[in-house]
Amino acid sequence: MTVPLLSLQGLTKAYPGVVANDQVSFDIGEGEVHALLGENGAGKSTLVKMIYGLVKPDSGQMLLRGAPFAPAEPRAARADGIAMVFQHFSLFDALNVAENIALGMENPPAMRDLASRIREVSETYGLPLDPYRTVGDLSAGERQRVEIIRCLLQDPKLLIMDEPTSVLTPQEVEILFETLQKLRSEGTSILYISHKLEEIRKLCDHATILRLGKNVGECTPAETSARDMAEMMVGTALKTPTRSDRIMGNVALDISGLSVPSPSAFGTSLKNIHLSLRKGEILGIGGVAGNGQDELLAVLSGETLSAPDAVKLHGQPIGRLGPVARRRLGLLSAPEERLGHAAAPDMSLTENAMLTAAVRENLVNRGFLNWPAAKAFAKRVISTFDVRTPGPENAARSLSGGNLQKFVIGREVLQRPEVLVVNQPTWGVDASAAAAIRQSLLDLAAGGTALLCISQDLDELMEISDSFAALNEGRLSTPRAASGLTVDEIGLMMGGAHGMEVAHV
Amino acid sequence: MIRLEKRPQPSRAWSMATPLVAVLATMIAGGLLFAILGKDPVEAIRTIFWEPLFGEFAFYYRPQLLIKGGPLVLIAIGLSLGFRAGIWNIGAEGQYIMGALFGAGMGLAFYPHEAWYIFPLMVLAGAFGGWLWAMIPALLKVRFGTNEILVSLMLVYVAEQFLASMSLGLLKNPEGFGFPGSRNLQQYESAHNADLIAGSGMHWGVVAALIAVIFAYVLLNRHMLGYQIRLTGEAPRAARFAGVKPARLILFCLGASGMLAGLAGMFEVSGPSGQVSIDFNVGYGFTAIIVAFLGRLHPVGIMLAGGLMALTYIGGDIAQSNMGLPSAAIQVFQGMLLFFLLAFDLLTNFRLRLGKPEVA
Repeated sequence: MTVPLLSLQGLTKAYPGVVANDQVSFDIGEGEVHALLGENGAGKSTLVKMIYGLVKPDSGQMLLRGAPFAPAEPRAARADGIAMVFQHFSLFDALNVAENIALGMENPPAMRDLASRIREVSETYGLPLDPYRTVGDLSAGERQRVEIIRCLLQDPKLLIMDEPTSVLTPQEVEILFETLQKLRSEGTSILYISHKLEEIRKLCDHATILRLGKNVGECTPAETSARDMAEMMVGTALKTPTRSDRIMGNVALDISGLSVPSPSAFGTSLKNIHLSLRKGEILGIGGVAGNGQDELLAVLSGETLSAPDAVKLHGQPIGRLGPVARRRLGLLSAPEERLGHAAAPDMSLTENAMLTAAVRENLVNRGFLNWPAAKAFAKRVISTFDVRTPGPENAARSLSGGNLQKFVIGREVLQRPEVLVVNQPTWGVDASAAAAIRQSLLDLAAGGTALLCISQDLDELMEISDSFAALNEGRLSTPRAASGLTVDEIGLMMGGAHGMEVAHV
Repeated sequence: MIRLEKRPQPSRAWSMATPLVAVLATMIAGGLLFAILGKDPVEAIRTIFWEPLFGEFAFYYRPQLLIKGGPLVLIAIGLSLGFRAGIWNIGAEGQYIMGALFGAGMGLAFYPHEAWYIFPLMVLAGAFGGWLWAMIPALLKVRFGTNEILVSLMLVYVAEQFLASMSLGLLKNPEGFGFPGSRNLQQYESAHNADLIAGSGMHWGVVAALIAVIFAYVLLNRHMLGYQIRLTGEAPRAARFAGVKPARLILFCLGASGMLAGLAGMFEVSGPSGQVSIDFNVGYGFTAIIVAFLGRLHPVGIMLAGGLMALTYIGGDIAQSNMGLPSAAIQVFQGMLLFFLLAFDLLTNFRLRLGKPEVA
């Protein structure tokens, strides 16, 4: 066998209280698409940060084509031919593509030369992109192209991609895969980080699976079933949420002709949204991030007001009511951002229980707060939803993401909502906590609550929803029954490839 | 290398201990400073912290502590409500002046008529004056989104011009031989905010400060409005999600702090100061900002901090006259106190770690 491109040997990195990587070793061959698979918190990010020179390993070494490789900073890693596309784009909305790329370069050439190089590279790899377009007008898929082209301009040997498909529609994923395959055929290695098993099976030659910082196995994805990979990733047999047959009741939430202008320059305006939600129904709303999900939640929670008749609860217009009045009527919500939006980071869980439960759990008497009752309620959320914390007096920020998410969802579920709106209920949550949260949502619907679940995780939506619709640039597609929908149909509802030119490979 | 590491949650023990540690550190660093100036450091520290309370002339200094501490606490309590919510009223000095002018104006309007209701009316007028002055930045912020820090601060200088104009014009004592300044309210029984127990320094302003401490404590810990204030300061987005109306909070916080500052001004002009004069204000409104932070924006902490601040003022004066310490040295000493407090405050949220530095 030839010398691998990059060989990791016994990499260890510990943070206070947690070992992020424990003796991780594996090789990435030349021209190989190597998958790095693992749950949130398994140590994938720390590992690639070490390769990219952002974090220094405590022990272990890396060999690049047989020579010791220890980048002190990303610049050194880039000089050695390693490039990385981050999950969160670092682009300025107000600048155009070429300007954004020039900002990331050490010695940017003249803008005209750069623009022609961008054109050249983008045509070679089938990533059509006009260097003079403003980034703010680009779709998520096109923004990702900007990041990829920024990397390709360095002519990398190894391209690291961190969860690249989380912001793409199925059609856009197809286009991305064609580009990646073209890169592979030219000899570029790709380290592909993901937890989406099907796409790894389709794309990757080899997979390394991390669990709790340790390398727990390797496999050839094409020959391994998704279920086997998932169980290696989680370490236990997965429990699939069970759904019971539900009887749909009357319409609980009715949105008609809802249009709300975006509060900020690069936010999304909601445009003429129609939907109706019956008791016991779970409506899944898919879509790529930034297509109006946060705005839709804000309009339903009461943080943003709308025309009075645009939002109706049990036939009663509530468009002008604030969050407290809506909670009183039984419309509850759980936003995506746990720290800072759904919960106050430095406040205790008891105080965070007060945050939304004050009205419905009778925690207030003539303006005076009943702290013992709030504490009892917080304890009830903690025990019912198996939140791992020493007690309700602990600050919200001391909880792990999954535990805090269980608390945030549990806080709303236990208030017996008539209608519950959740945004990304299992984002960044480990598989067992995610399964528990989904089960609780299904149980809630079985009890007659109408549920609106906004999520970017299509598997999740298919698992729990009765009907499905997608947000695309602030417009909502017509909801359809979830069973029988194909991936292609879902992709088209999400906006297809957003008119993005197909890669000409 | 020493590294700072964020604690998973704020340390309650450190949050209580930092003021004490800061005072100790100030004593040490201040002692060094005095030693460099050629004074006996132990004697200097003893003079500042011991003399006013237990020294030979403590019978004179103890009432002074209440007289100086009362307005500081009263103003700082009001400011702390806004500071907790991220609403920065920097113009308490102006509200203090306006409270004094409204209060004194109300009293002088009745002169020389004597009646029981005059003083209560002055209290109301003083509170109204401070409230009114604070409503200007509040309404501008709610309506146009102006910065309350700038507006409230600039209104201090407007208020100072008002004070000068009143001392020289409308409120000038007609029997004052042409000197600027109003009649002395100490000599007008119905308007005089006298000591409740003669010679104790305990006037109505001190009582009001104590009531304000209790009121703020109950508000912040037991009432929805106080909870909303804390929530807005901790996480503004979560506060909106919880249903807090930001405009209402701005009006309440600025209004309450203006009202308390106005009351402090009114109690001062009708009591210890006695008259409206050009140099009536001595910076209580600004010092109260320090007191509020020294007290960790906590009502009980503010009460203690107000006492401590008053102590360093009076002790500093004694050290100046007895030991010949320069007044600048005393100011440095007070500055050190705030510096150490803010520095040690870091330990509430971070802990020190010895270890190697880390890339990124």
